[in-house]
Amino acid sequence: MEKKLVRCNINGKDVETYLDVRSSLTDMLRNDYRLTSVKKGCEVGECGACNVIIDGECYNSCIYLAVWAEGKHIRTLESLLGPNGELSDIQQAFVDEAAVQCGFCTPGFIMTAVKILESGKEYTREELRKQLSGHLCRCTGYENILNAVEKTMKKRLGKA
Amino acid sequence: MVVGKSVKRVDAFDKVTGRARYTDDLVDKSALIVKICHSTIAHGMVKSIDKSEAEKIAGVVKILTCFDVPDRPFPTAGHPWSTDPHHQDVADRLLLNRHVRYYGDDIAVVIAEDEVTAEQGVRALKVEYEEFSFVLDPQEAMKDGAPLLHEKFKNNILAHTGYEVGNYEEAILEPGLVKIEGWYDTPTVQHCHIENHICYAEEQSGKIVIVSSTQIPHIVRRICGQALGLPWGSVRLIKPYIGGGFGNKQDALYEPLCGYCCQQVGGRLVKLDVSREETFVSNRVRHAIRYHIITFARPDGRFVARRMEAFSNQGAYASHGHGIVAKGASAFKQIYVDDKATKVDAYTIFTNTPASGAMRAYGIPQVSFAIESNVEDAAEILGIDSLKLRQMNMMPVGYKDDFTKNINYFDSLNQCIAKGKAYIDYERKHAEYAKQTGPIRRGVGMAIFWYNTAVWPISLEASSCRMVMNQDGSVQFEIAETEIGQGADTAFAQMVADTVGVPFEKVHVMSTQDTDITPFGTGAYASRQTYVAGFAIHQIGTQLKNKVLNYASYLTGKPADVLDLVDGIVIDKSTKEPLMPIDELATTALYSLDQAEQFSAEGTTQIKSNAYSFGCGFVEVEVDIPMCKVTLLKMINVHDCGRLINPQLAEAQVHGGMSMAIGYGMGEQLLFDPKTGKPLNNNLLDYKLCTMMDHPDLKAEFVENFEPTSPFGTKALGEPPTCPGAPAIRNAIFNATGVSINQTPMTPHVLFARFKEDGLL
Repeated sequence: MEKKLVRCNINGKDVETYLDVRSSLTDMLRNDYRLTSVKKGCEVGECGACNVIIDGECYNSCIYLAVWAEGKHIRTLESLLGPNGELSDIQQAFVDEAAVQCGFCTPGFIMTAVKILESGKEYTREELRKQLSGHLCRCTGYENILNAVEKTMKKRLGKA
Repeated sequence: MVVGKSVKRVDAFDKVTGRARYTDDLVDKSALIVKICHSTIAHGMVKSIDKSEAEKIAGVVKILTCFDVPDRPFPTAGHPWSTDPHHQDVADRLLLNRHVRYYGDDIAVVIAEDEVTAEQGVRALKVEYEEFSFVLDPQEAMKDGAPLLHEKFKNNILAHTGYEVGNYEEAILEPGLVKIEGWYDTPTVQHCHIENHICYAEEQSGKIVIVSSTQIPHIVRRICGQALGLPWGSVRLIKPYIGGGFGNKQDALYEPLCGYCCQQVGGRLVKLDVSREETFVSNRVRHAIRYHIITFARPDGRFVARRMEAFSNQGAYASHGHGIVAKGASAFKQIYVDDKATKVDAYTIFTNTPASGAMRAYGIPQVSFAIESNVEDAAEILGIDSLKLRQMNMMPVGYKDDFTKNINYFDSLNQCIAKGKAYIDYERKHAEYAKQTGPIRRGVGMAIFWYNTAVWPISLEASSCRMVMNQDGSVQFEIAETEIGQGADTAFAQMVADTVGVPFEKVHVMSTQDTDITPFGTGAYASRQTYVAGFAIHQIGTQLKNKVLNYASYLTGKPADVLDLVDGIVIDKSTKEPLMPIDELATTALYSLDQAEQFSAEGTTQIKSNAYSFGCGFVEVEVDIPMCKVTLLKMINVHDCGRLINPQLAEAQVHGGMSMAIGYGMGEQLLFDPKTGKPLNNNLLDYKLCTMMDHPDLKAEFVENFEPTSPFGTKALGEPPTCPGAPAIRNAIFNATGVSINQTPMTPHVLFARFKEDGLL
C-alpha cells in the first residue's frame, strides 16, 4: 500500500495526514478527520450525499481522490455552524421548512445550497431545480428542500 | 396543547449540523470488513468454492462459504413472531446458499483487515456451479415443468388464496351487463433509501451486539437468535438514526450473517456494509404483480360483479410473501363494493429474481394501479364520467369489514375528492381535454385508494414504552417504535407532552433503540406507529401524570382528583390556581428526606382495532405524442388520516410518497437480462429515481375526521401517499390521448408501442 502526505485546508484549518493513495476524499474526510456529515450513498457519484465544496466548487467527494486535495480548500457541513453554535440561515431554513426527514441526503444538499447562495445570483424555481438535481432524496419529494433554498436565496437578496 | 401544531422536528438540529450519527458514523475503525460473494448465475448448485488464492492475500482473515454455515433455516420477514406454527413466516433462508436461486444470491464471505482486501478476496474466489434452468416470470414459473426453486412448494406457488362474496358465476348472468376486462402489470422497484443497509457486530458480555440500519430492532433480534441458534436475549440489537427504510429494512437483511461472521472470528468487531449495486439486488424489492380484472356493470354504471386474478412475483425467497398480494385482494372488495358478487384468486410465486419484501404501502400501489385503470376504462366504455362512476360504486359510509371490524364512519372519500378536484379544476379540464387533437395534449386524471392502519387482526399489535421524570420535570421517553425519517420521534414527543402535561421542550425522546434497554415493540411498518404508539403513550403517560399528581396531593394536602398538570404546572382544577411548577415538584420528590420518589411508568398496551385511511390523487399532465414524453404539470394528494398530529410533517410525508409514486408511474423499474437473469440497471444512474427536475410542485391537503378508535384521533399516513399517483398519471394520459396504458412505469418505450398500436404515431 503506497502512502502519501496530503496537506490541505479543511473548514478553515490547515491539516495534513498520510493516506493510502487509493483513498477517496470521502474516506479521508470521514475516517481521518471524522467529518461524518459526508455521507456514502453510492460511492460512484450518483446520489450526491457526499457533496463538499472544494475551492468554491461542489464535488461528489466519493469520486474525488484524496490525493487531489493537496493544497485545496475544502468545506463540509461542519463548517456552517456559528461560533456559539448558531445555525446558518440555510440550515435554519431546512429546519423551518421541514426539509429534513431521514437526514442522510441533507448535508450534501445544504452544501450545494451554500454554493448557490454564495453565488449571489437570483435563480428561478426551475433553475434551482436544475442546480439541485445532482442530489437524490427518497423521503421529501424535494418540495420542502426547494422551498428552503428558494426562501433563503430571496432573503439574502433582500427580496423576501 | 402541542398535538396538532407544526412544531419543528426534534432531530432536525442534529440532522442539519451533521451531528446525527448513523451506523457507519459509529463503528470503530478497527472493524474487520465483510464482503459478500454473490452468485453469477440465476439458478443452480454451488459445486465447489476454491479459496486457495484468496487465502494467500495478506489481510484476509477468514473465508466462510455455503459449505460452512449451519443447516438452520430461518425466516426474514419483519413480522411480529407468531407462537402458532401455522402463522409463522416461511423459514427458507440459510446464511449462505449452495442452492442459488437468483443472480446475486449470497454464497460466501471474505472477512479482511480492510475493504480493498476483502473485495480482492471475493474476486479471487473460484466458484464452480451446476447450472439449472431458471424462470423470471411468475406465470411461467407456475407451469408444470418449470424449474423448481423450493422443493416444498409445488409449481413454485408459495401461496394461493381467494374469496368469493356472493355468487360470481350467477351474478354475471344478469341480462344487459357490460363487460370491462384488462390485464395490468406493475414492475419490480427498489426502495432506494439513500443510506444502504449496513450493520456491525461484536461480542460483548457474552452477547452478540449488533448495530444495524433497521426499522425493526426487536424483530431483528429475534431473527438473529433464530438464525444463529442463540437464545434471543443473547443478541443485543441497537438501532441508531437510519437513512431511510421504506420497508426494505423491515426485514432481517444482513444482521444474521454479520453476527455469524463475528462469531467465526472469535467475537471480533466486524462490519458488513453493502454497496448500492448490492442493495438493488440482494436486499428486497417491491413485488411485481400482474392483475387480470373483469368488471360486469349495468349500463347505469353500477358494478354488479367483479373478478380479479393476481400473480405476485415473490422472487427467490419468501420474505414477506403472500401478505402483499393478499392485502391488495382485501382492497379490491372494499374500495369498490359490488352489488352482487366479487371473486378473487391471488397467487404468490417464486421466480429466480431478487426476493420481494415489504415496500411502502404493501401491495396497495400495485392493486390501485390495476383497479383504478380498470375503472377508468369502464367509464369510457359505459360512457359515464369516471369520477361519478367511482362515487357510485366506492365504499359507502357505514360500511363495515367483517374481518378487521373496520367501519367507514365518515364520507372521507367524497370529502377528499372535493378538495382534489377543486385544486386541479378537474371537471372542466377533463371534459375539455378529451376533445384535443394535435401532437401536444394535456390531460387530467385521478385515483382513489384504501388503506388499513396497522396489522390487527392478522398479527399482534402492541407497544410498550417507558417514561421517567428527571429532577427538572423533563421526561425521558423510550419506545421501540422507530424514527426512520418519517418524524415519529417528534409526533411521539407531542403526544407525550400533552398526555403528561409538560411542555414539548421537556420531552426527551430516546431516538436510539437498544433491545437491552428499550421496552419491547415491533417497529416501523404498516403505517402503524403513530396510531399504535398513541395508545401506549396515552396509557403510560396518564400513569406518570397520576403519580405526579398523587405526590402533589401529598405536598399540598389537596386531593389528587382536584389537581391537574398543565404545561408543566400543577394547578387546582376548580380554581385554575397554579400551585407549583413541575421542576420544583420533581426535585422535591427526588431529594425528599421524608418520601423520596422518582416518577416513572412503563408497560405494554395491546390494541385490537384498526382504522381505515383513505384519500385520492389528482394530476395534470402534458403529453408530447411524437416524443412519447409525459410532463407532470400539477399534482395533489388529499388524505384523511384522522387528526393531524403535526400538519407540517404530515405534508412532508405526503410529498415523499407522491415522489415515490411518480417514480413508480414514470421511470422506475429493475430490469433483468432474459438470457441470464442478470440485473441490468442496479445502480442509481440506470435505475431512474426521480430528481428534482422530474417533479411539478407537489400539493398535499387533508380532511381531518377524528378517528374514534384512537386517543389522538389519528390513523395511517406513512404509506398511503404512495398509492394514488401512478394510476392518476395513467388516467391523465388516457384523458389526453385516449390511449390506455396498462403497465407501469409509463416510459417513452411503453408509450411508443401503445401510441403506435392505437394509431397516434
